[in-house]
Amino acid sequence: MIRTFSESEFLFIVASARWTLLLTLLSLLLGGLLGFIVALARTSQLAPLRMLAAGWIGMIQGIPVLMLLFLSYYGLSMGGIDMPPIVAASVSMALYASAYLGEIWRGSIQSVAWQQWEASAALAMSRAQQYRYVVLPQAVRIAVAPTVGFIVQLVKNTSIVSIIGVVELARAGNLVNNATFAPFKVFGTVAATYFIICWPISLLARRLEGRLNARRSG
Amino acid sequence: MPVVQVEGVRKSFGAVEVLKGIDLTVERGEVIAIIGRSGSGKSTLLRCINGLEGIQAGRIEVSGHKLDASGRGLRELRKDVGIVFQSYNLFPHLRVGENIMLAPRVVLGVGRAEARQRAEEALAEVGLGERFDAWPDNLSGGQQQRVAIARSLAMKPKVMLFDEVTSALDPELTGEVLATMERLAEHGMTMLLVTHEMGFARRVATQTIFMHQGKVWEVGPSEQLFGAPQTPELRQFLGTGLK
Repeated sequence: MIRTFSESEFLFIVASARWTLLLTLLSLLLGGLLGFIVALARTSQLAPLRMLAAGWIGMIQGIPVLMLLFLSYYGLSMGGIDMPPIVAASVSMALYASAYLGEIWRGSIQSVAWQQWEASAALAMSRAQQYRYVVLPQAVRIAVAPTVGFIVQLVKNTSIVSIIGVVELARAGNLVNNATFAPFKVFGTVAATYFIICWPISLLARRLEGRLNARRSG
Repeated sequence: MPVVQVEGVRKSFGAVEVLKGIDLTVERGEVIAIIGRSGSGKSTLLRCINGLEGIQAGRIEVSGHKLDASGRGLRELRKDVGIVFQSYNLFPHLRVGENIMLAPRVVLGVGRAEARQRAEEALAEVGLGERFDAWPDNLSGGQQQRVAIARSLAMKPKVMLFDEVTSALDPELTGEVLATMERLAEHGMTMLLVTHEMGFARRVATQTIFMHQGKVWEVGPSEQLFGAPQTPELRQFLGTGLK
């Protein structure tokens, strides 16, 4: 039986965006935390830490997100660890995010002038104080634009987890389309919903960047 | 007891030895100028004194803090040694006052009110009392350099190091920075300065050191060193330097 694409189908698609948002949020929080650690390790004075972080970034960036997803969903469940799809999805997206955010933030930290390290060291600051009060506040400004760019990518890339049965935005569209055969309306709605999520993020980034830059010459 | 004591310090960058056994003593209240050609090791020597460069051999002691090849005790030493760089290196994300208050607050654990008072005093000392709330980017090079001096002063150091602090400045801005340093000297600050300003060194420094090829080539009271240079190298250097 073919259903028509009516209000309830429309609402089902739009409501499923909450899983997309939740996934993005979870992978961003977890991946951001891990990515921050990766960035610090990558800029550490200890060579083994730097190498470890570089290895992590290289490895994760060299593996398709899909494989991370399969490994955490099928791989771990075969190893006896049973994970709900949403958890497996969040974990794999977080791993993916950690490598990219780690690399973005490493670049931001390293683009702070080295004289800033020297000046703060000469004032007897510890390495942690240098990060906290001098380097990171400057790195944040540099990091805003590429980080937000990545978040937008992340929102869109969460669609990949539909493969393991998480009914997020893209999967919801698929289900509705299978029942209604109204692909233009269905995927138009899906695309519009993604856009409505992503566009404000980009706008926010532009405002944030403008404000951070304005502060310096107030 | 001398404020700074340097004994037999050697420093190499790779295969190149830039400091070949330096001895130097700075007494309290002394102002010592270090002059010499580029590459003579004078900036490196200054940077070794607060541990920005490690040393391979010898001994450095600043107001009771020993610095050796191990690098231990570095932060304690740095609390007593201020340094001002050629390129100012103010923190661009902080206002002038915050630039100065930061280290006293987080390194020395001074309270906000006292840190503010220190910053205001230091700014007044460099003649910028009214720029507390300015952003570094909105200041001229000379003003930025004076803020950098104030930032070091607020730590109440036992000795101040100046590493070619006027070399990046236009001639018209050089004067205000030199005047600030002269006032510091008059107020009794112990100072060690690497400089190309020969007139300033001669007038303000109690002693001048001429470095050449990684060694202290000639040393003496400034008037004597500039008035009657003993070595041909210094004579040649001053001949070109004073032209």
